[in-house]
Amino acid sequence: MNLQRLRGLIRKEFIQILRDPSAIAIAFFMPVFLLFLFGYGVSLDATRVPVAVVVDQPTAETSAFVGGLQQSPYFEPQIYTSMHSARQALMARKADGILWLRSDFSRQILQGNTASIGVLINGVDANNARILEGYLQGIWQNWLQQRAFNAGAPLIIPVNGEDRIWFNPALRSRDYLVPGLIAVIMTLIGALLTALVVAREWERGTMEALMATPVTMSEILLGKLIPYFIMGMGGMLLSVALAVWLFAVPLVGSFWVLLACSALFLLAALGMGLLISSVARNQFVAGQIAIIVTFLPAFILSGFIFDIQSMPAAIRIITHIVAARYFVSILQTIFLAGDVWPIILWNSLALLLMAAFFLGVTLRRSHKRLD
Amino acid sequence: MLARVWALVIKEFLALLRDKKSRFVLIGPPLIQLLVFGYAATFDLSHIPYAVYNQDTGFASRELLGDFQGSPAFQQVATIENEGQIAPLIDNEKALLVLQIGPHFTRDLLLHRPAPVQVIIDGRNSNTATLALNYVNTVLLSFDTRWAANHHWGRPPAQLVVRSWFNPNLLSRWFIVPGIVALLMLVVTLLVTGLSVAREREQGTFDQLLVTPMGPVEILVGKALPGLIIGALEGCFIALVAVFWFQVPFVGSILALLVGMALFLLAAVGIGLMISSLAVTQQQGLLGVFIFLVPAIILSGFATPIANMPELVQDLTYINPMRYFLVIVRGVFLEGDNMSMLWSQYWPLALIAIFSMSAAAWLFRHRMQ
Repeated sequence: MNLQRLRGLIRKEFIQILRDPSAIAIAFFMPVFLLFLFGYGVSLDATRVPVAVVVDQPTAETSAFVGGLQQSPYFEPQIYTSMHSARQALMARKADGILWLRSDFSRQILQGNTASIGVLINGVDANNARILEGYLQGIWQNWLQQRAFNAGAPLIIPVNGEDRIWFNPALRSRDYLVPGLIAVIMTLIGALLTALVVAREWERGTMEALMATPVTMSEILLGKLIPYFIMGMGGMLLSVALAVWLFAVPLVGSFWVLLACSALFLLAALGMGLLISSVARNQFVAGQIAIIVTFLPAFILSGFIFDIQSMPAAIRIITHIVAARYFVSILQTIFLAGDVWPIILWNSLALLLMAAFFLGVTLRRSHKRLD
Repeated sequence: MLARVWALVIKEFLALLRDKKSRFVLIGPPLIQLLVFGYAATFDLSHIPYAVYNQDTGFASRELLGDFQGSPAFQQVATIENEGQIAPLIDNEKALLVLQIGPHFTRDLLLHRPAPVQVIIDGRNSNTATLALNYVNTVLLSFDTRWAANHHWGRPPAQLVVRSWFNPNLLSRWFIVPGIVALLMLVVTLLVTGLSVAREREQGTFDQLLVTPMGPVEILVGKALPGLIIGALEGCFIALVAVFWFQVPFVGSILALLVGMALFLLAAVGIGLMISSLAVTQQQGLLGVFIFLVPAIILSGFATPIANMPELVQDLTYINPMRYFLVIVRGVFLEGDNMSMLWSQYWPLALIAIFSMSAAAWLFRHRMQ
């Protein structure tokens, strides 16, 4: 290892980056583009859900119930006069659900029976349907409480859950999606940056020229790693800044811990890119592999949006080799819960092992040979 | 003319399938994605890890906790004895939620006083938290109904009777897997058409194509057909896997789906050819495909509902062909739609197809001179 040679290589890389703006575009334009797209495009918070309301016989009882629906920010009730037209609205996807108060609703209540409130939900989007069902249950419970309170009568719900939601009391989905998103984006960028530039060097034949010089393989690899590490950290800082200032995600934990973990993760991602480029020596294949082995797993198998606990056992095992999984966990914790050391340390250890593995394998596989 | 186009189509297929790597790109990733998406992409929860902090010694709390133990959605991971143990469990993600039952739970219930259960939940993943709370509520509700009936609490004035149409057990796989048909058809068609001209330009064979007696329209048709054929084959294959492997019901009209597929493929091929005629190198083509593909998937309603997006973004989704095709696929698979019910989706798709094809033809003519 010769520091002067290494400095020369790094200088060369930076000059190349400045000449060809595609690396700058990947490091700085892509995070902004993807963060905007996902930040605004992906949300699991349903508000103003269109619900068709059919009241067969309007009375004071029914208007109290429908009133609760109208006041809720989650619903946009539309009144239909018959079940038939409401069904048609559901079929035509104009309403996500139907709430039906039958003609005997008030009579049953007066007689001390239990009236049934018919709810029909379009279950195609199962997740959305579940959320909608939960909201309706909330409306129903509020209505029961209100009635009991007005009548001075005891509440007929023996046990009810009192929720205390930690870390994200309003359950804003953006607060957990945006930190996870940073992990997905940095996986893609880290791998693309190194995968493409090294493959380009092979394609253009400049790798051969490098090999004819006295530099060693580890110097070449470090000469690639250091400049793109600096660029990647730049993209990372940009993403964190956007998350905090634009998307107003709280950063509860320490910024420096976040920075340290990001550095570790970036090493793993860049290492993966270097490994890809040492396998595929052309840009097209390297780009394809980078997208398939990094972006998709980071998106689906990292816990960024789909819960890992709920996956089948075989797939849960596979998630352990996805570097983004550890980083998603770290990011969600540092952003929302604070510096929880057991989580940060264990996940960092996993990242460290992966970085060491990728860089080690790349170094072993790279020889100063042309074939 | 037909013979010339046919020859070009055959040549395109040979070029695509001859190379081992590009053959893999056509078959490998879609298959892997289908399996991974089909199994991993689920919003349904199972094995929710929870801990119990029970200060009550009576039988009521035991009965309630028995309900949780009996539910396949929940998995108890710890029993704790004091308040201080809650935070480490939640912070370290050992438990998603802690059920805390107060010391007078059974006594209160026997005195006909409402007794609360504290649910302390990790809100880091807000969607999981929302769903888990719903699951908890379902268990509590069934406990309540039973307890009220057995212990003479009187009946509640009204209760919800919920039924869901089209997907009675609310399996999110039924929602995701038909979506994959649309997703992979778009990916494959764009990759095939988006890179086809750029590859010829890079290899210099495009000039050779130009000196043949073929006109620009014939070349365009010859380039469009392989994308259409491969997209259609792959779409049908995935639809079959969805029905026979993932057991997603198919209750609508096959014809309605095929019409939708044809229109969607035309739109996708048009967009692919637009990218193709603009890109000089395969690298640019790939970048173009990526830059179109990611927004098209995110803003289609594939994973998260369009209705949750800001209004400006919602307006943007109207130019996204995948948005319409997703409604068609899910409508045909789950809701039993036929052609007459899908006109509102067909015509925007046809409009996008006509626009993208003519734009591609125009770009093609202009870039050839």
